[in-house]
Amino acid sequence: MSMFLAAAETASTPFPHLLTLLVLVPAVGSAVVALISKQRPDVCRQAAFLFSATAGALAVYLLWNFDVADGGFQFVESTTWVRDFGIGWRLGVDGISLFLVVLSGLLFPFVILAITPEHDPKPYYAWLLLLQAGSLGVFVALDLFAFFVFFEIVLVPMYFLIGSWGHGNRTYAAMKFFLFTMFGSALMLVGILALVATAADATGAGATFDIRELAQADLATNTARLIFCAFALAFAVKVPIFPLHTWLPDAHTEAPTAGSVILAGIMLKLGTYGFVRFGLYLFPEASRWAAPVFLTLGVVGILYGAVVATMQRDLKRLVAYSSVAHLGFIVLGTFAMNSQGVTGGIMQMVNHGLSTGALFLLVGMIYERRHTREIAELNGLQRSAPIMAAVFTVVMLSSIGLPGLNGFVGEFLILNGTFIANRWYAVIAAVGVILAALYLLWAYQRVFHGTPRSVENETFADLRLREGLAVGALLVPIVVLGVYPKPMIERIEPSVVVLLEHIEARTGVAPVEGPTAERSTVEELFGGGHGDDASHGADAGKVDK
Amino acid sequence: MLDLVWLIPAFPLFGFAVLVLFGRKLGDPAAGWLATLMVGGSFAAAIAVFVGLLGLDGEERFAVRTLFEWIPVGNFSVDVGVLIDPLSMTMVLFVTGIATLIHLYAIGYMAGDEKFSKFFIYLNLFVFSMLMLVLGDNLLLTFLGWEGVGACSYLLISFWFGDEANASAGKKAFVTNRIGDFGFMIAAFLTFATIGSIRYVDVLAKAPTMAAVTATAVTLLLLVGACGKSAQLPLYVWLPDAMAGPTPVSALIHAATMVTAGVYLLTRMNPVIAAAYDWAPTTIAWVGGITALFAATIAVAQNDIKKVLAYSTVSQLGYLFLAVGLGGYVPAIFHMITHAFFKALLFLAAGSVIHGMHHEQDMRRFGGLARLLPITAGTFIVGWLAIAGVPPFSGFWSKDEVLAYAWQENKALWVIGLLTALLTAFYMSRQVFLTFFGRYRFGDPSVEELNAAWDTRIAVAGGAGIDAAAAIATAETALDEAVAAVGVAEEAVTAARADADAAAAAAAAVDEASVEAARSAVASAEDKDAKKAAEKALKELEKPAKDAEKALSAAAKAEGAVEAARARVADAEAVVVEARRAAEAAAAAADDVRRAAESGRPRSTAVPLLEAPDASGVEDFLPHEVAHRRAYHPHESPWTMTLPLVLLSGGAIVAGGLNLPFAKSLHVLEHWLEPALFGHETHLELSGTAKIALAAVAVAVGLVGIGSAAAVYLRGRGDRAAIEQSILADAWRVDRSFAWFMGGPGRRSFDLAARFDRTVVDGAVNGVATLVRTASSGLRVAQTGYVRTYALGIALGTVALLVLFLSRAAF
Repeated sequence: MSMFLAAAETASTPFPHLLTLLVLVPAVGSAVVALISKQRPDVCRQAAFLFSATAGALAVYLLWNFDVADGGFQFVESTTWVRDFGIGWRLGVDGISLFLVVLSGLLFPFVILAITPEHDPKPYYAWLLLLQAGSLGVFVALDLFAFFVFFEIVLVPMYFLIGSWGHGNRTYAAMKFFLFTMFGSALMLVGILALVATAADATGAGATFDIRELAQADLATNTARLIFCAFALAFAVKVPIFPLHTWLPDAHTEAPTAGSVILAGIMLKLGTYGFVRFGLYLFPEASRWAAPVFLTLGVVGILYGAVVATMQRDLKRLVAYSSVAHLGFIVLGTFAMNSQGVTGGIMQMVNHGLSTGALFLLVGMIYERRHTREIAELNGLQRSAPIMAAVFTVVMLSSIGLPGLNGFVGEFLILNGTFIANRWYAVIAAVGVILAALYLLWAYQRVFHGTPRSVENETFADLRLREGLAVGALLVPIVVLGVYPKPMIERIEPSVVVLLEHIEARTGVAPVEGPTAERSTVEELFGGGHGDDASHGADAGKVDK
Repeated sequence: MLDLVWLIPAFPLFGFAVLVLFGRKLGDPAAGWLATLMVGGSFAAAIAVFVGLLGLDGEERFAVRTLFEWIPVGNFSVDVGVLIDPLSMTMVLFVTGIATLIHLYAIGYMAGDEKFSKFFIYLNLFVFSMLMLVLGDNLLLTFLGWEGVGACSYLLISFWFGDEANASAGKKAFVTNRIGDFGFMIAAFLTFATIGSIRYVDVLAKAPTMAAVTATAVTLLLLVGACGKSAQLPLYVWLPDAMAGPTPVSALIHAATMVTAGVYLLTRMNPVIAAAYDWAPTTIAWVGGITALFAATIAVAQNDIKKVLAYSTVSQLGYLFLAVGLGGYVPAIFHMITHAFFKALLFLAAGSVIHGMHHEQDMRRFGGLARLLPITAGTFIVGWLAIAGVPPFSGFWSKDEVLAYAWQENKALWVIGLLTALLTAFYMSRQVFLTFFGRYRFGDPSVEELNAAWDTRIAVAGGAGIDAAAAIATAETALDEAVAAVGVAEEAVTAARADADAAAAAAAAVDEASVEAARSAVASAEDKDAKKAAEKALKELEKPAKDAEKALSAAAKAEGAVEAARARVADAEAVVVEARRAAEAAAAAADDVRRAAESGRPRSTAVPLLEAPDASGVEDFLPHEVAHRRAYHPHESPWTMTLPLVLLSGGAIVAGGLNLPFAKSLHVLEHWLEPALFGHETHLELSGTAKIALAAVAVAVGLVGIGSAAAVYLRGRGDRAAIEQSILADAWRVDRSFAWFMGGPGRRSFDLAARFDRTVVDGAVNGVATLVRTASSGLRVAQTGYVRTYALGIALGTVALLVLFLSRAAF
């Protein structure tokens, strides 16, 4: 810590190996917690919080020192790992990954603080820290090999978190989650090896796993498309994209609250992030070729997820299906392949993490009190727990995409970007906005409105201080990012522009960005024909900024 | 002065923030006063900006002030900025002005509610959102306000969430509005895709360059959005249900301000409408015209005092769309303002009635309240005359203007407008007569209560019959017992006689001589002992005779007992006869009651207005509620409620002065709004005579409506049932059909998708898993470990290969 603080003093030069440290701190933490006696659950918890919070602090430091104007990779580290295969320890951050890194950095200490496991705290915290290390690694890896390692590492702790600390049908859910993802990863591994090999053949410069170099390799169109499909399938499972989504409701529902929050907040983003970072970046032509399929599946996911969510009887399952719909929006924005769509998609990754994470947290609190998630069992809770109801309302409105809250900005950019690129997808997708209101408000009505019809609901306890602080911590960014998203956009957009320029250079096709308008002045407004004299417009300069 | 514009939304936002943090501590009524003060401050700031705007001339009255960049991505950019022009300031002025009064009113209306401070949190947030809606300098900021007011409306409709109906109404409002928002969003996308900006300055400047087809699409999409927010066909269904919210909410959000947002949006975008094909604005006009007439027909048959006003609002908003569609932006805004005054007034006065009448909303229970709630009644009557189009009240001027435009542009729509005006005058008069005039009916037993009383009375009469039957049974038992007693007594007589006979025989057996001898022996006995013995012997001899005497008298007594028993039997018989007679009388009485009930029960379900319902036969059997109502004294509301009523009625009287038709110089509103309309408004080119004739027709129609309502509801002429058709009361079955669809096919199709997910999509996944498991356990069988099995396999394989090679061999 002291080293970190000392480095922070000289903020002008980012201290070396920041990203390595970022990944290593929670990984080491995981090992440390594993060594603590299991008789000392408090020490385990404190150690876990300390390590994850250190990673969080490093992530915030990263955010603080991130160069706003630079769209390229920053804080890059590159060390040879396995020279013969061109494998390197290559890390870097750009606007696309920045906020996911920050989210991974902060969500874990938050979860550790907010939620206490029901049993076996020691392995629980150890797995959580490993999960954090893996998540951070995934988002900072610039080397396909390192990426794959992290991508796989993440799987293991989540499998155990669901399998050991989950609810009723946890074994089935954990197994399903594991098999689904492994199936995708296996294909991706083949894809990675094929890409590295064919790229080496194409360039003749020897094998490399460096994505920046791989992105420049000229592959035969069909080869690239084939390899893209292998990657895409792995990511599609992770997102998940319809019809590969059925692991998600099971995993989400059976996972312990912490698992659900992290699944929603971070793990689901591995797929969408993968599409942007590795799909669009490494395979621009193939992405463009496959875009209609993914746009269609995105729209299907939005509508299908919403419709199926409406009819769920289990509150947590309902939120899980709403994720399918939200991620459909992200897929849509990504494959709109213009600055608004992709930027909106990346923002929505963070926003979905915040609002759905908060929803899972609240559902977890309800479950803790009532030991049921059945909507039919819950009623009239607003009478007994008005503060929880108020918080739930704000989070729900954010999830619905109410302007002024975070969910709207990303959703709007995605839809507007998609509309410019391919209007009908946006028109159909916008129906999902109506459905989102339907399923969430209906669920809210059944759970919170009306009068309590059982003693348990009547004596339902309102938020305790610790719980209030936990959801309150999520409410702050939910409001701030809705009112003033500019700082976030400023950091994301340059990297998106770099990505789109790369795609344009590789494919020769420019992104569809829509018309650029010169700002009209009030003068022009009254210039045309009407009006008794135009001289009043002279004052327009003063009036309009 | 214009820089003060930020204060306008800042006040209510600050109020919202303070109330979120400290509202509960401030409590009732401090929280309400704070909220009112904030909105009042907003109104004051609006006046300052307005004055500042007046200081400029004509086209300088159009300014943009930017606070910060909101969403800048690539070539897309919107700011958090405000557009100050006559249109937005007009909206701001009447929104904040009316909102201040309604806040004040709500302090009184919501007093004592446990969620008092929460109510004002929502109310202040609403005002802030509404101000962002009208002040926003781009479509997206307007959309922020648009959705914000929708969310507040949702929160306030379901404010009393304990009742499922209120919760459902809130949800219905939000979801229906979202359908409209869908149109708004696509319109914004299309505008950006065409123009490259959604800032109003850009859009309005470049709209003339828009292709007609694009402009038409944008217009129609905006119309979809406007139909949601402003409750036009077919998206109006949420508004009548929204009356579930507290009455100040109905007045502020669902009558005066939020529901006019659609009209504001269309007016704001007038250059786009002008660039569209001609049929696009015509569509707007027809949507408005049909909605106006349609909603007016429904209002005629409503009995809930707020439902009448709700359908009336839908109908009046239809007028605004009618005007906008015909290019009459000025009359639209004009009527919007006057309507805001008189409809807010009507709602608040209705709330005052409800408040004074113990939360009763059924107008059939009112009547004669003018005497009891004089201020409420007086102000309501002002609102009524305004909406009915009676000169010189404000509604007359603005409605007349809309109708004049319709006459000039489209005669069919003029006829529709006139019919609507007729119906409006009729249903509003009906409401006034039912509520404030005629007989005070609050103490009347209702049809249900009368029927229940008759049921009780019949039950009581039936009970008397049952009692008589029981009496007969008792008497008959007594008779049986008496008869049995006679038998017992007669048996006793027989026994006594037999005893007497036996005693007599025994007495006869003693001869007189031995008695005489014994007597003389007694007399002659000398010593004591001898005398005693002789006396004893004599007694022995005399005893049978005495016994016989005794037995004889016992027999006589037994005979007397028989006589008594017989007498009792006779008595019991008389009682039985009496009881039978009583039972017959009870049965007859019950028949009488039943017959009385047949004639005495209310003959129709219609509530009698003119004379009190006949409760003569069942006075003593009425439920307690009736007694409670009879004992209830309606009370006028506190000053916090009546002051806003008085001020609003002032507005409802004089607001017509904003745009008087007599001379060009009196067209104040028209001149004022000119810079925001860019010459796209239609001008009225009717001659003075034509205008006067049209006004006369409109007034005549209004008077016909009032007169016929008076005939029906004050004089009792005509058949009320024929007017209040059940299909009208049921809103043309529209809501019913929607509910049927949502609960039936809609829900089933959603269920089908959920089942598809469970069985087909997830089923395939589990199917693959099962397949793998079955296949692997099947293959496991092959690994037996027996060498002979493997040998057999090798042998079979060899044969197969041989066959293959032989068949393929070429020679």
